[in-house]
Amino acid sequence: MVMRTPLKTARNLGSAKEGADHFWKQRVSGVANAVLGLFFVWLVASLAGADYAAVKKSLSNPIHAMALLALIVSGTIHMRLGMQTIIEDYVRGEGAKIVLLMLNTFFAMAVALISIFAILKLSLGA
Amino acid sequence: MAETSPGRRARPQRPLSPHLQIYTPLINMVMSILHRLTGAALYLGTLLLAWWLIAAATGPDYFNYVSGLLGTWPGRLILLAYTWALLHHLLGGLRHFIWDFGYGHDLKTIDQLSWASILLSLALTAVIWGCVSSKMGGV
Repeated sequence: MVMRTPLKTARNLGSAKEGADHFWKQRVSGVANAVLGLFFVWLVASLAGADYAAVKKSLSNPIHAMALLALIVSGTIHMRLGMQTIIEDYVRGEGAKIVLLMLNTFFAMAVALISIFAILKLSLGA
Repeated sequence: MAETSPGRRARPQRPLSPHLQIYTPLINMVMSILHRLTGAALYLGTLLLAWWLIAAATGPDYFNYVSGLLGTWPGRLILLAYTWALLHHLLGGLRHFIWDFGYGHDLKTIDQLSWASILLSLALTAVIWGCVSSKMGGV
C-alpha cells in the first residue's frame, strides 16, 4: 500500500512562491490609477491652450506635482504587470519571453525615471 | 490499462478548438478585448506623457514646439484616442472591481456592465473634449 501523496513530486519544484502577489498589486495600483487618472485628465484638460508659464506654474504646484509623481509610480507598476500578462499569454518561445519580460521592466523604469526627473526639475529646479 | 500509451499512436483527426473568428462577437467579449487593447495602447501612451513632461521641464521653446505638434489634426486625433482609451480602461477596471467583489456575475448584468463601459467612455470623452474646445473658443 502506497502511503505517499503526490506532494513529494511537487515539493521544491513548485510555484514561483508569489501566490496572488501579481493579482493583488494589479488591483492596488488600479485603484490608485482610477483616482489619480481622473485627476490627470482634469489637469491636462485645464491646461489645454495654456501658455508655457501657466503650464509650468501648474506642474510645479506641490499638490499637482505629488499627485503626478504618485500617478507615474502606480501607473508604471500597473502597466508593467499588465504587459507582463500579455507577453506571458502570447509569446511562445522561452528565450523571447524572457527577453521581452526584461525589456518590459526596462521600459516601465525608463518612463518612470524620465517623468519623475521632469517633474522634480519643474518643481525644484531653476 | 494494458494498452500502449496514446502518445505513441498516430493522433486521431479530431476537430480543433474553434478560434476567434468562429464566435459571434458578444459585447462582454468585445469589451474584454478592448480592455487589453486600451491597456496596451496606454502603455505606449506613457511615452507621450513623458515627452510632454520633459518638454515642459526643458523650456518654453521646446514646449511650444511640442504643443504645436500636439495641436495639429493628427496630434489632436492621438490625444482624443488617448482620452478615450484612458477612460475606457478606467471604466473597464471599475467593472472588474465589481466582479472581483463577487457581484454582477449573471449574464444580464455582465451585458449591462459591458454596454455601460463602452457608452460611458464615449460619452465622457465627448463631454471632456466638448468642455475643452468650448474653453478654447471652438475647434
